Amino acid sequence: MQTTEERQRNPWLHRFHIDGPLLFALVCLSLTSLFVVYSASGEDLAMMERQAMRIGLSYLAMLVVAQIPSLTVVRWSAPMYLLGLLLLVAVLVMGEIGKGAQRWLDIGIMTIQPSELMKLAVPMMMAWFIAKQGMPPTFSRILGGLLLITAPTLLIAKQPDLGTSLLIACSGIFVLFLSGLSWRLVAVSVGALSAFAPVLWMFLMHDYQRQRVLTFLNPERDPLGSGYHIIQSKIAIGSGGIEGKGWLQGTQSQLEFLPERHTDFIFAVFSEEFGLMGVSLLLLLYGFVIFRGMIIANRAQDTYGKLLAGSLTLTFFVYVFVNIGMVSGLLPVVGVPLPLISYGGTSMVTLMAGFGLLMAIATHRRLVMRKE
Amino acid sequence: MKRRVTIRDHSAEAGLFSRRMLFCAIFVLLAMLGLLANMYHLQVQEHQALQTRSNDNRIKLLPLAPNRGLIYDRNGVLLAENMPVYSLEIVPEEIADMSVLLNDLKPLLSLDEETLNQFREQLKRQRRFAHVTLVDEMNEQQLNIFAANQHRFPGVSIEARLVRHYPYGELFTHALGYVAKINRRDVERLREEEKLANYAATRTIGKLGVERFYEDKLHGEVGYQRVEVNNRGRVIRTVDIEPPKPGQDIYLEIDSRLQRKATELLKGRRGSIIMMDARNGGILTMVSAPSYDPNWFVNGISYKHYQQLLNSSDSPLLNRSTQGGYPPASTVKPMLAILGLEDEIITPTTRIWDPGWFEIKGAKRRYRDWLAWGHGWVNVSKAIIVSCDTFFYDLALKLGIDRISEFMNKFGFGDYTGIDIAEETDAVMPSRGWKRARFNLPWYAGETVSVGIGQSYWTATPMQLTVATGILATGGSHFVPRLLHSSRQQGERVLAAHEEFPPIVLKNPSNWDVVHDAMVEVNNGAEGGARRAFKDTPYISAGKTGTAQVRSLGENEEYNAEEIDERYRDNAMYVGYAPADTPEVVIAIALENTLGGGGSVAAPVARQMLDAYFDRENQPTPSEIDDADD
Repeated sequence: MQTTEERQRNPWLHRFHIDGPLLFALVCLSLTSLFVVYSASGEDLAMMERQAMRIGLSYLAMLVVAQIPSLTVVRWSAPMYLLGLLLLVAVLVMGEIGKGAQRWLDIGIMTIQPSELMKLAVPMMMAWFIAKQGMPPTFSRILGGLLLITAPTLLIAKQPDLGTSLLIACSGIFVLFLSGLSWRLVAVSVGALSAFAPVLWMFLMHDYQRQRVLTFLNPERDPLGSGYHIIQSKIAIGSGGIEGKGWLQGTQSQLEFLPERHTDFIFAVFSEEFGLMGVSLLLLLYGFVIFRGMIIANRAQDTYGKLLAGSLTLTFFVYVFVNIGMVSGLLPVVGVPLPLISYGGTSMVTLMAGFGLLMAIATHRRLVMRKE
Repeated sequence: MKRRVTIRDHSAEAGLFSRRMLFCAIFVLLAMLGLLANMYHLQVQEHQALQTRSNDNRIKLLPLAPNRGLIYDRNGVLLAENMPVYSLEIVPEEIADMSVLLNDLKPLLSLDEETLNQFREQLKRQRRFAHVTLVDEMNEQQLNIFAANQHRFPGVSIEARLVRHYPYGELFTHALGYVAKINRRDVERLREEEKLANYAATRTIGKLGVERFYEDKLHGEVGYQRVEVNNRGRVIRTVDIEPPKPGQDIYLEIDSRLQRKATELLKGRRGSIIMMDARNGGILTMVSAPSYDPNWFVNGISYKHYQQLLNSSDSPLLNRSTQGGYPPASTVKPMLAILGLEDEIITPTTRIWDPGWFEIKGAKRRYRDWLAWGHGWVNVSKAIIVSCDTFFYDLALKLGIDRISEFMNKFGFGDYTGIDIAEETDAVMPSRGWKRARFNLPWYAGETVSVGIGQSYWTATPMQLTVATGILATGGSHFVPRLLHSSRQQGERVLAAHEEFPPIVLKNPSNWDVVHDAMVEVNNGAEGGARRAFKDTPYISAGKTGTAQVRSLGENEEYNAEEIDERYRDNAMYVGYAPADTPEVVIAIALENTLGGGGSVAAPVARQMLDAYFDRENQPTPSEIDDADD
């Protein structure tokens, strides 16, 4: 029914397996990105051009992925996951040669970031793993799923890249939750996780990660050091007021008081220049993208599609929530960019490829459904 | 089997998924509303506070120093000016290679290694966008050379500032005082008086004399330049400027012509000359010798100079006019005579016999008159004219110390004159209470006898003598001596208020005339102590000489100025006023350790000062004064 309607309205979009409303919202976000990056970079045209190139590249990725039939996606799930895991181990081994954070893998002709691959591979693998058995998952499936989540999460956390490992863990857990994990188990897990927090604090967290949490709890503790980011960010946001200081007029960002203003803290720049009104519109756009994703998930033909679409959508929400929460002082500083707006390449391509998967799920319909 | 299960479960799975999705949708909605609520909190509720912090981040106030008011003499001669001083400033951020630059500048401006090292030290401490001073005060040659080569040195600039300068050097030091760098004690005081903010850009402050006393008038009000800076302190733009309000220009009563004359007369001597307007207390001349160059202090005095001033046995730092406590000697005899007449201890015709000495009945000690063989029969007028000691020994003893002390207080002795500089001592008008407090000893009658000729513990500053003589000249008016003539406020000259103490009112005002006539005779009569000094003056003046012993002599010891140590020689004093019938000016002279007394040394100095005052031809015409006002 829906497909015929859409085909009648937008035959062109349908031919390329594009979801119109979703595309519209994404384009709005990308245009916003260009304007804000131009302002945040101190009116650097070259930076804006690079960002435009990346946006173009990511839309291309979305378009390509959207053409892949659902069955092919299902078939790729397990191999992609295994490849990703292998690369993560490779990164870790190479990383011990170099010092500090090692996220990139040089494979001769280009460098790749396996953790980006896993952002898609983990939800795909989980959806495949659960859908194979059916909903709700049996206890052994749950344990197996947790294992599938834990392995890449730990490998990425070890790099160390707390933000990404968190997002990847979320994407897997969302599949479990959406597949009908019993509420009792959910409650037990939450309880166990809170119990685990002190262990995490004592043994697993790096010093700088602990500092971040302490600073989050009280930014004024070290206003010129680790608290500086969050204090300046809140000043930027608050001083924007309702109407904002105007595009290119944000003093916090233009006078460089705001650190990392074109990457992780770009939301503060946006809030300072466009105020509460702009922020409301932006949240509305993000909300639209998320709810559109949820509708696609709900309408998906099969369990695999539902679980994958649901997980990708919710992970996108986590992106938005964690970044805005961090920049506005609700959450500790975790290196998560504002999706589709922040300056930066790889994560944007991955995100748009994810939206490509959503669109593939929304538009590639199998014969099975029609029969019904 | 598997296929059947899948088909059968599909709708159930879809239902379960939809319920989970709905839960997530509600959760997402609430979370987004939570984010929005937090944004509302920051951008609406906290907006004011965070807006303020945002402005604090970027807006910096750069204080601008006001120009210090100028100081003129009564005729508009500039006594304290502000001179531009040029410094060479470097902005490190704009310099590509600092060591190359310094290597180029060093031979060009003939800089020494010490200057360069100081600069390198400063460089480490300063922020990159701030100016760093390479040369604090450039000389003429350096200025010219750099100006010609400036195009080769971007990022290096000449900055001008104003520095106080006293063109007449030591001529006015003890009246004008000087400004010097603000030190920690000044900062403390300014903070207590809540004036510190006004000095945000000021380098120097009045430390002495008029510069100190009228600091508030002269300083002006600080201005501000509001600038926007980035996170590294670099100035991006000027938001606005609130210009500083310059200090008031002030005019002193001092007449620089008379001041120069007095300085010449005191050359090579230690002492003080004061000339005051008898009609209002304005100080026309106030010189204390030796003096020193106040310009030494403006930019910080060198150790060598300061030691030189501090250790000099001539104490050039002492303002003898207001801080020098001299025994007033015979100069106070007219005031004592007034008291004797007023208390009717004596009448104008009361006579005593002066054999050349005085003794208290029953005591052995003889108090000698300066004239060894005595003045014979002496009444009060003659006692003043010939400065008879015996008459005043007798009078003082009859008056008693309590009465003398009380009445001389009314003439201002033992108290501050209230002149408008802070450097003043109240000297000593002895009394029983004073001696008890000072030495814990009772008062002896013999000491009262010495007080009769202005000796004993009695000391007075030349300024106190001037004021007391002014009271004689005006028949009771007691003015507060004052250096300030007027100040210019918003382009208008505002005259300083005359202040007066309660006048001395006599029961019998004709007593003033008795003393006045005698003082005219001192200068003009056949027996007058200052008659030689005032021979053939074109004006009639009144006066009184004094010769003060610095060291008391034994009863039978002879005083021979040529033989004793120079520092033990007598001080020569003189007080007077002119013209005698309508007094315009009062004069007081104090000369330390002179060969000769008040009549032979101090009176001729007074004569020359009065001659200069009455030399109408050399006085500035009113038109010159008007020009100076513009």
